[in-house]
Amino acid sequence: MIEVRNAGFEVRGRKLLENVSFSVKPGEFWAIVGANGAGKSTLIKLLSAEHDVTSGAVHFHDRDLRKYKLKELARKRAVLAQKNNITLSFTTQEIVLMGRYPFYDADPSQRDLAIVDMCLKKVGIGHLKGRLYPTLSGGEQQRVQLARALAQVWEIDSGLLLLDEPTTGMDLLHQYETFQLSKELTRKNFAVIAVIHDLNQALQYADRVLMLKNGHVHAIGLPENVLTEQAIQEAFGLPVQIIQPEMTPYPVIVPQVAPVSYHLP
Amino acid sequence: MLTETVNERETTKAEALQKHVFPSSTGKMVWILGSILLACVIFAACTGALSISVSELWRIVAFKLGWVSEMQVEEQKSIVFWIIRLPRVCLAVLIGAGLGIAGASLQGLFHNPIADATLIGVTSGASLFAVFVIMLNVKYFGMLNELAGAYSISFVAFVGAACTTLLVYQLSKLTGDGGVTTLLLCGIAINAFVGAMTGLMTYLADDAQLRSITFWNLGSLGGANWTSVLAVGPFVAISIFFMPYLSKALNLLVLGESQAASLGVNMKSLKQKVIILATMGVGASVAVAGTIGFVGLVVPHIIRTLFGPNHRTLIIGSALSGAIVLTLADTLSRTIVAPSELPIGILTAMLGTPFFIYILWEQKRKRL
Repeated sequence: MIEVRNAGFEVRGRKLLENVSFSVKPGEFWAIVGANGAGKSTLIKLLSAEHDVTSGAVHFHDRDLRKYKLKELARKRAVLAQKNNITLSFTTQEIVLMGRYPFYDADPSQRDLAIVDMCLKKVGIGHLKGRLYPTLSGGEQQRVQLARALAQVWEIDSGLLLLDEPTTGMDLLHQYETFQLSKELTRKNFAVIAVIHDLNQALQYADRVLMLKNGHVHAIGLPENVLTEQAIQEAFGLPVQIIQPEMTPYPVIVPQVAPVSYHLP
Repeated sequence: MLTETVNERETTKAEALQKHVFPSSTGKMVWILGSILLACVIFAACTGALSISVSELWRIVAFKLGWVSEMQVEEQKSIVFWIIRLPRVCLAVLIGAGLGIAGASLQGLFHNPIADATLIGVTSGASLFAVFVIMLNVKYFGMLNELAGAYSISFVAFVGAACTTLLVYQLSKLTGDGGVTTLLLCGIAINAFVGAMTGLMTYLADDAQLRSITFWNLGSLGGANWTSVLAVGPFVAISIFFMPYLSKALNLLVLGESQAASLGVNMKSLKQKVIILATMGVGASVAVAGTIGFVGLVVPHIIRTLFGPNHRTLIIGSALSGAIVLTLADTLSRTIVAPSELPIGILTAMLGTPFFIYILWEQKRKRL
């Protein structure tokens, strides 16, 4: 669906990404992990065509991403950015309806409004439909934005969803529900690429993991092959232990941190 | 949510039966504001040094349209209405609508409720260009006739406004996401520059020129005639006609520029369109009426509070209520110190400044 070949990106001689290659197929959930400043958000921006690659190429549905018109891309993929500050008092419904803007001209059809309702219910905020966006809590706002991205790709066959830290500010339940939802979409032949901070969630839900370190691909492949004790220590600088508790079907990553010393020198 | 997923099919069925409503106040608002505007226009046309009653007004209009054969109203009133009153009211409506629409769309473009043509220096840029052309016209282009002259001044004022907006926009982009500080600092810089130019002209000017410079600074509809209405009309009409088409894109801009782009908004072309359309109205109104401040700031704020921030409602509503506000302000300005006239810019600034301070106060309070 989307294929990245030796992609690189540099700004004023500073290389933010270099030689990144991977290929995402429909029905796959990709997690991008890495330390702060490793180039995760930059990679999402390259995939969403916000920035053009400065070397290599990105192909979307077997066509160079640069050859797409913005309107055309808007009907094929949705992007959820990291920060979403809205100060004007739009209602939740109006914000989610913005995801349908690429599909209608002057007035939304009944179908568009039905999709908005459906997406609001999907992320569990059907009851907040009439509320003003700035009055919602941070996690609720993030879920409204997720619903907006969802509404944009709802009707598309094998659409692409790019999520930059989708669960920021959400409580534990809604974090897991977001990942469940992403998995559900991949079963409908969607591809989801998400920047994920919680390695356990990446391990549990992702089909493939891309680990970045200083703008380079550090490891790529199946979660259990990428998220190893050694690789995590190299990419994040934190020693971890991967244990397999009897109660859970997934292994769990536990940081090996020395107990906090209360004796200040 | 997980349980909802299971019931998805049932809910879809149930929802297919129920009608989906999207609460939109546009239609209702157009009716309310439209009728208020009509009432204001009639009121403004009737009020003045020579008072015309509504029934007399009706007879004057009916006679002109050939519906009645006899007017039964003094000839003088008819002449006052057709030659003095009506063009002035038309001009107030056009300029008010132009300023309102410009305010609403500039605030949308800068995604900042403080962006106003006067504050960020657009009006000053327009009047600077216009004054230059007037001075040159007096000296070198005496051959331009009245209408062509009026059009060329409108056009040049529009170019001046557009250039200034572009400059302010680019400068505000340099320091990040259209920060308020940069915007206002740009405004201060440009206003100071224009102030210096005006000072220079005041220094060099003779008595007649001094009067016209004062006119530019204070703003007045006193020069209204059918020529000026014709000169402003097309500019404002284009702006009113095309701006609502950009309302979806301006709404998306609320999500931030990169998210708007991911929803198919071409920022570059949107920026050009908004700047051209918004400054058309401002430029043309500056050309015939000078600087009229605060209408473009206050009017969109009131509409946003009453009818919500959706730009479709906001743009149409701002055009209508801009027209209402300016018609009323102009009626007030020519009756309050009759038989003399108070420049309308003084009135709008006097009423607008407390409101502006109130907006700042509210914004600070909401953040607490």
